[in-house]
Amino acid sequence: MGRSDRGSVGRRRFLKNAAAGAAAIVAAPSTSATAQQVQGQESTAPARTDVYSTDKPGADFMVDVLKSLGFEYVAANPGSTFRGIHESFINYGNNKSPELLTCCHEESSVAMAHGYAKIEGRPMMVMAHGTVGLQHASMAIYNAYADRVPVYVLLGNIADVAYRRSDVEWTHAVQDAAAMVRDYTKWDDAPVTLGHFSESAVRAYKVAMTPPHGPVVVVADAVMQEESIPPADRGRLRIPRLSTTTPPAADAAAVNEVARLLVAAENPLIMTGRAARTPNGIALLVELAQLLQAPVNDGPQFTLRMNFPSRHPLKNAGVVANADFILALEVPDLFQATHAMTPINRFGMESRLTIKPGTKVVTISASDLLTRNNYQDGGRYNEADLAIPGDAEATLPSLIEACRKLITPDRRRAIDARGVKLAETSQRTRELTLEQASWGWDASPISTARLSAEIWNQVKNDDWSLVSDTSFISNWPLKMWDFTKHYQFIGWSGGYGIGYGAPAAVGAALANRKHGRLSINIQCDGDMNYAPAVLWTAAHHRIPLLTIMHNNRAYHQERMYITDMAARANRDVSRAGIGNDLADPFIDYATLAKAYGVHGQGPIDNPNDLGPALKKAIEVVKRGEPALVDVLTQPR
Amino acid sequence: MTALLIVALVALLQASGQPAPPPAGGNADNGKRLYIKHTCYFCHGTAGQGGVAGARIAAVARNAQSFIRYVRQPGGQMPAYSSKILSDEELTDIFAYVRSLPPAKSVADIPLLTQIK
Repeated sequence: MGRSDRGSVGRRRFLKNAAAGAAAIVAAPSTSATAQQVQGQESTAPARTDVYSTDKPGADFMVDVLKSLGFEYVAANPGSTFRGIHESFINYGNNKSPELLTCCHEESSVAMAHGYAKIEGRPMMVMAHGTVGLQHASMAIYNAYADRVPVYVLLGNIADVAYRRSDVEWTHAVQDAAAMVRDYTKWDDAPVTLGHFSESAVRAYKVAMTPPHGPVVVVADAVMQEESIPPADRGRLRIPRLSTTTPPAADAAAVNEVARLLVAAENPLIMTGRAARTPNGIALLVELAQLLQAPVNDGPQFTLRMNFPSRHPLKNAGVVANADFILALEVPDLFQATHAMTPINRFGMESRLTIKPGTKVVTISASDLLTRNNYQDGGRYNEADLAIPGDAEATLPSLIEACRKLITPDRRRAIDARGVKLAETSQRTRELTLEQASWGWDASPISTARLSAEIWNQVKNDDWSLVSDTSFISNWPLKMWDFTKHYQFIGWSGGYGIGYGAPAAVGAALANRKHGRLSINIQCDGDMNYAPAVLWTAAHHRIPLLTIMHNNRAYHQERMYITDMAARANRDVSRAGIGNDLADPFIDYATLAKAYGVHGQGPIDNPNDLGPALKKAIEVVKRGEPALVDVLTQPR
Repeated sequence: MTALLIVALVALLQASGQPAPPPAGGNADNGKRLYIKHTCYFCHGTAGQGGVAGARIAAVARNAQSFIRYVRQPGGQMPAYSSKILSDEELTDIFAYVRSLPPAKSVADIPLLTQIK
């Protein structure tokens, strides 16, 4: 089709005949029409008789391409720059594979895709405007990037000025749509033809799924979506085959050196961050740890993945300060794990090494293959003795085999003796943990230990999946519950962008739905309030999810920071709630849930009422619906 | 010179972190009010049970003097509360409240925990 055929005249024809559609509503000159009516005038222009239609819009081919990638769902808050492909998905694509998910905020769309990918191991697609939609989505994309999670973002944009019909479309157009998120995506492209789109769409999927995983962006030009596929192209357009990339395993010589150090060490420690990408990753870590009787500790601060069974005697049985060899697997900030940080003045922090002199440190991480300048999620520079670029999970089989070959009968005896001691330590730690949980057992607000024990009591016999983080409730579930499977824990957001929790839980619950799993979200109140309408998305799409509010009625982390600042300045700490408390009025989350069509209960402040309330809500979830229980809790 | 010496000695005593002997006793009711008002519960919980952000302080064996000394010069991430924020008398009241908190139930008496065990 020639350029002149796609000019502004043709576009006006289309507009006239599409006036009944939502697209035309956006651009309709309503002010002028009203003035005409007031003045009793009629247009003198002759009525047009031609009809502009597209028998095969480019969006249909785009849908063919995207269907070839096997997406189950596409999450979107509707937007005019991708209306063509939206319509093709639901009519040409019959709204199946992928099925459209109606979202109320682009941040929710991406966070849902983030949570989904952590369960499903592959990306969900998200559609958004190239401008305002992406601006909404950007924080969630950063979270996915920092968390090394694949998310596939399709942006609408009207590149050709002649096709922009109104001020809305001018302000929603952009020269380089992906520029805004290029610092924290793995790859992007803005194809200029359908053939180009086909290749880039497939390439984007491949890039997203190559470790380290990450979000990718493809721009779908609105004109390409809406105009007919040029007849000359119809016979030659093709969809490339998806060629997956083998995860990069570490160099064999380096693996042999790590094995030598591991087998020779008296107190080796395996530290995990995002080590287990798949269910097999857990099995491999268990095999390595048991072979060496080496403790497996989570990295600093947040637990990022389900890496290792929570009740295994080697789980968190190690002490960093006692280790003579540390193997860090996909740990994003090893510096924090090996240093104590103390503020020395307002200009800086003093760091002190917490490992013994002479302790060897080896890292294996695919993140060494992905470096960006601007955003500082890489943490401090690590002075590892050996830094091995490669995917930890893909490296584990060869590392296990290399270790096995090096273990002599003498080493076997020493290793087994170490295991006995570690098991004893683990048992003592477990007893101390339960003793600690008993403090404040009957308190109101309800202690987070009691909250976690009550939930566990209700779900322990089900096929459950915890689709939220535990850091803000003192990690009690990780310490109490019996985590053994990959899908039983999804970790935190990666970028620590708040507003991730609720939508990520919905996305993860959606992935769990076809497996019949009971999805549990222990939901922080501050996080919920960023985009609570994701509850409606859960109700609308019949996504079974038990949400239990950890309602401490504050942005509590910030309250603690302000207390710290006030104490440092020798000023009034009692004012730390100003700007942080979610009070006066208190937020009624049960009513909020009901407003969005979700079963709501609470607030519950008596710990003895919690068990029955949870039981009732779980009955709702088992019928295939979401439910929420609001619980007034201790701060942490 | 004498005045300067006195100032220097006072400064030295303050820098040594040795608080003056605290008042005897302590008002637990006022301590409870101060415990909440001055945000102790943010990290230690309303029952003094502790958690990821702060240690358990209920039934921790310390005397008022060592309690005050710790609050003035804490370890870890706890901010230091100077006498400009809480006086020794107020901290003694808080200590009296903390000491009044009931001990935990035995794990053996909590079925939900024994099941987990």
